[in-house]
Amino acid sequence: MFGAGLATMWLSLLVLIPLAAVVWRAQEDGAGAFWDAVTAPEAAAAIRLTVVASFIVALVNVVFGTLIAWVLVRDDFRGKRIVEALIDLPFALPTIVAGLVLLALYGVGSPVGITLAYTRAGVVVALLFVTLPFVVRTVQPVLLEFDWEMEEAAASLGASRLTTFRRVVLPNLLPAISAGTALAFARAISEFGSTVLISGNLPFKTKVAAVHIYGQIETDNTTGAAAVATVLLVVALVVLVGLDMLQRWAARRA
Amino acid sequence: MSIRATGVTKRFGDFVALDDVSVEIPTGSLTALLGPSGGGKSTLLRIIAGLEQPDSGRIEIAGEDHTTLPPQRRNVGFVFQHYAAFKHLSVRRNVAFGLEIRKRPKDEVKRRVDELLRLVHLEQFGDRLPSQLSGGQRQRMALARALAVEPKVMLLDEPFGALDAKVRKELRDWLRRLHDEVHVTTVFVTHDQEEAMDVADEIVVINNGVVEQVGPPDELYDRPANDFVMSFLGPVTRLGGKLVRPHDLEVFSEPDTGTVPATVVRLVRLGFEVKVDVVVGDEELWVQLTRGEADRLALGPGSPIHLRALGAVSRPPARAH
Repeated sequence: MFGAGLATMWLSLLVLIPLAAVVWRAQEDGAGAFWDAVTAPEAAAAIRLTVVASFIVALVNVVFGTLIAWVLVRDDFRGKRIVEALIDLPFALPTIVAGLVLLALYGVGSPVGITLAYTRAGVVVALLFVTLPFVVRTVQPVLLEFDWEMEEAAASLGASRLTTFRRVVLPNLLPAISAGTALAFARAISEFGSTVLISGNLPFKTKVAAVHIYGQIETDNTTGAAAVATVLLVVALVVLVGLDMLQRWAARRA
Repeated sequence: MSIRATGVTKRFGDFVALDDVSVEIPTGSLTALLGPSGGGKSTLLRIIAGLEQPDSGRIEIAGEDHTTLPPQRRNVGFVFQHYAAFKHLSVRRNVAFGLEIRKRPKDEVKRRVDELLRLVHLEQFGDRLPSQLSGGQRQRMALARALAVEPKVMLLDEPFGALDAKVRKELRDWLRRLHDEVHVTTVFVTHDQEEAMDVADEIVVINNGVVEQVGPPDELYDRPANDFVMSFLGPVTRLGGKLVRPHDLEVFSEPDTGTVPATVVRLVRLGFEVKVDVVVGDEELWVQLTRGEADRLALGPGSPIHLRALGAVSRPPARAH
């Protein structure tokens, strides 16, 4: 009882009250002003870019995050421990350093001949870079604890490797994949530091929502900033709840 | 259907798990692979199932070569020590798995699953998840799942090893009855000689990667091929450097033909049986008597007695009469 109270208080102080304040701020000038702020062409473009790029990043992470976790658990190869350590680097690095790294590699005059500066592809790559660990690190422990005899049981019951993966392995990984994807998506829509350098923040083209919010605050339009922030908040909430529901649905019909 | 393993060898690195093993298991029998941990019995079972490939040798099931066939195409039922239940599926869906893979019609699957759940006494538990079952129930579910596809043979790898003593005893009686009902050729691995003797028609004793002896439980107990089989299958003690069963020692109060003098050190009463520790010269051994025998001889610590191994009378003809 005391524990639950303490947890609620902590959550309120750190999360609920500040969020409520942002939502309050967003509607302070009336619904009309809110609507104008989020449908202003520049704001709408920034929100659209952020959400679409985050969806792409989330989907790529589902596949590659799971694959990397799988390889790290099931395969043995030279340099595995180095790869293992590298996975967390994007997470540990200050995001602005990540941005700098990407700019050095894919910026104008790229040493590898690939220029992603000032492009939407650059935004996606930056987001992929910082969200890499999420799915890997949520799926990996589940794979480590995985009862591989389930695979053998399925094989002796006549299931092919693909069928076994689809009907036995994947359903058992789904909760972890979904949790990791939710984290990756949430991180991607809020990302600022890693995209700010490589994207060039071109309005209507490469400016992401977080940078747009920052710009609005810089120009003293706090209500506009709060309005876009509220939209991001709602998107994040919808995605988190949606993934949870998807997972429950999948668990029911697996 | 019968199983025949011929000259099966399997190494894991330097470790020889099976060394040129040949075994034949007749159709419809209930056979135990018995031996100490790490002796190779589980490896043999897994090779029969196709879950492991032998380095050399041949596996036949029902007279057909299965050596290189993948497990999917062997149609053997395999039961694991730790159940290997599909955690995300209900008990029904676990049992139905093999039938669904084979794309059997829905009503047939339902009928067959109902029948199997009845057979393993889980009919009220069909909608539960494996995590909501006890260990014994999970293992029965695993058995039903393996039986669902009407396997040619059933292979059980230490099926009761993860269960507590009481459930283990219940399940092995139940397995015996189930086998008498279903008649499918069944092989189970165990390191528990009592379990093997209690359940199996035939026991294959495997140790250090080789087959030590094959035979019905009585024969193995009464006519063990070597000291290892003798000491693994029941209690043993040593008289004059020879292994004997403690209940095969006769105790006399006066010297008799072929007896050796001994002194009682201690008596331990275990219900109806009495364990008597004795010394013969500087050799320590123990004798198993019934309470009646011990009382009749009026044994106590320090009592002088005379011992003879049962069946030893006729053996040294020089001393006879």
